[in-house]
Amino acid sequence: MNKTFQSTFDTYNWDETLKSIHSKTTQDVAYALSKNKRDLEDFKALISPAAAPFLEDMAQLSMASTKKRFGNTIQMYVPMYLSNECQNICTYCGFSMTNKIPRRTLTDAEILKEITFIKSKGYDHILLVTGEANKTVGVPYIKHAMELIKNQFSNITIEVQPLDQDEYEELIKAELYAVLVYQETYHRDEYKKHHPKGKKSNFNYRLETPDRLGKAGVHKIGLGALFGLEDWRADSFFTALHLKYLQKTYWKTKYSISFPRLRPHSGGLEPKVEMTDKHLVQTICAFRLLDEDVELSMSTRESATFRNNIVHLGITSLSAESKTNPGGYAVDPQTLEQFEISDERSTEEIAHMLTNSGLEPVWKDWSNNWN
Amino acid sequence: MNDNLKIADKEFSSRLFTGTGKFSSNSLMSEALIASESELITVALKRVDIDNEEDKMLQSILRPNIHLLPNTSGVRNAKEAVFAAQLAREAIETHWIKLEIHPDPKYLLPDPIETLKAAEALVKLGFVVMPYIHADPVLCKRLEEVGAQCVMPLGAPIGTNKGIKTVDFLEIIIEQSNVPVIVDAGIGSPSHAAYAMELGADAVLVNTAIAVSQNPIQMAKAFKMAVQAGRMAYNAKLATVKKHAEASSPLTSFLQ
Repeated sequence: MNKTFQSTFDTYNWDETLKSIHSKTTQDVAYALSKNKRDLEDFKALISPAAAPFLEDMAQLSMASTKKRFGNTIQMYVPMYLSNECQNICTYCGFSMTNKIPRRTLTDAEILKEITFIKSKGYDHILLVTGEANKTVGVPYIKHAMELIKNQFSNITIEVQPLDQDEYEELIKAELYAVLVYQETYHRDEYKKHHPKGKKSNFNYRLETPDRLGKAGVHKIGLGALFGLEDWRADSFFTALHLKYLQKTYWKTKYSISFPRLRPHSGGLEPKVEMTDKHLVQTICAFRLLDEDVELSMSTRESATFRNNIVHLGITSLSAESKTNPGGYAVDPQTLEQFEISDERSTEEIAHMLTNSGLEPVWKDWSNNWN
Repeated sequence: MNDNLKIADKEFSSRLFTGTGKFSSNSLMSEALIASESELITVALKRVDIDNEEDKMLQSILRPNIHLLPNTSGVRNAKEAVFAAQLAREAIETHWIKLEIHPDPKYLLPDPIETLKAAEALVKLGFVVMPYIHADPVLCKRLEEVGAQCVMPLGAPIGTNKGIKTVDFLEIIIEQSNVPVIVDAGIGSPSHAAYAMELGADAVLVNTAIAVSQNPIQMAKAFKMAVQAGRMAYNAKLATVKKHAEASSPLTSFLQ
């Protein structure tokens, strides 16, 4: 099976796709909403400007669909940054190689100190995050970190540099559950502008990462675009196209979608195309209406008010009390964060918010020692 | 007359089995389960903190006369299922296992090949195996042959609330089976449950329809009553459905 998403992706043109989205009418939206099973043309309608007046209808349907499939629960997870070393230049990232910040990669003792704090909060699902520095924070380091913590967590996800298939296989044997890998933007030229240097500048290698993950047999793959780098409607469509391709090709794998929006950070990049709160809600609901089963995740980039409300409209997993700097929980809270978080409430406060909203925060929903 | 359901060495007076996922809180789940009067309650092993004897979810379920049925939801093949069952036996101290192998995480449809393999292995290891399967009459017989203590064919894809969409195959399974037939998955309303029982199913397993209803406690009661009514109707032998009207005074009544 040598085919990858690239062969599908290359049959699409960005501008034509955007034109097609903008050409959707009120009738197209109404038709999409009337269906039980929706396709990518329906998705285009739901993310189009024509869908704006239908936002409440979309939210109602999204809530009902999510409730039916996922019940009254929200999966809790927490990110732990292992390193801020990075060989890439990314225009939007606090860890970018050109940023003059102190670099740090956690030692064993520091990792253990961090997870002591994280475990005290009740977390059982953890997301390990690094920059891209293959010499110091390569597969051996990531694997070692996983070995170090795997007895304390039922579910380990990573968000690190794209790897080769055999490297993923090695990590899966070490009980890796999921990998998040965001394309950032599906616009080739803009991608190049935002990633001028480093391994990350290879658009195709990143684009084909989920294929390598699918072939390696990972349990879950997380997709997403960094909204604001380019037009959010087109990037949403290409994320959906990617999702549908992967679901058909690697049918044993679960998928999740994240919705990061550009936030202020030390690099200071302003969004090229603004995605408002309404747009973000529209996008989240559109993904839910496209796919009843895909997990939708919401980080602490968003405000407390926004998160309090969005948990009812399609979101199925939530992070809380996140630190986006290595050692940020207990070792060295003062180091520079990758991006500023907006919802700074404690884990306990978020759990109470969920409970008071009629949702159960779920801390454990996996056993990592079956395989 | 005792109409208890016997599976392996246990008897159940309630023919409504319930699940534990999707509830908005453990306390609401507990109240709904009590209202259902279910005596066999399934719990996903992946949701249980087996190292913690005070696991909140388990504590919310455990009561005298409740039989806990761990399930292997999340495993993708027979090997993982066997391992998960052994973990469950150690942690929850039960040799009963609800065997769920669904490699497709989207529709959670069961893998018949891996399920049969796992069932055979688990029976040999001394487990009471309750396999969740598609409504496949041949597979049911094969499972029976390897020692499964019951079969759990689906009514519709799990969590869909679509009702009994596999009726033609369920009828065959019920007709042919020497072990209890428990309709599992897809039951979305008490009328669906009653219908399954009227068909002759020995029990039904319901989760989503109770957990995500507006009032799970009341819905649990409604399911309890529907299952009882369906079973009663089955025992009372339903009148047959006929294509033609049947006059109460037949034209041939003059013939002696």
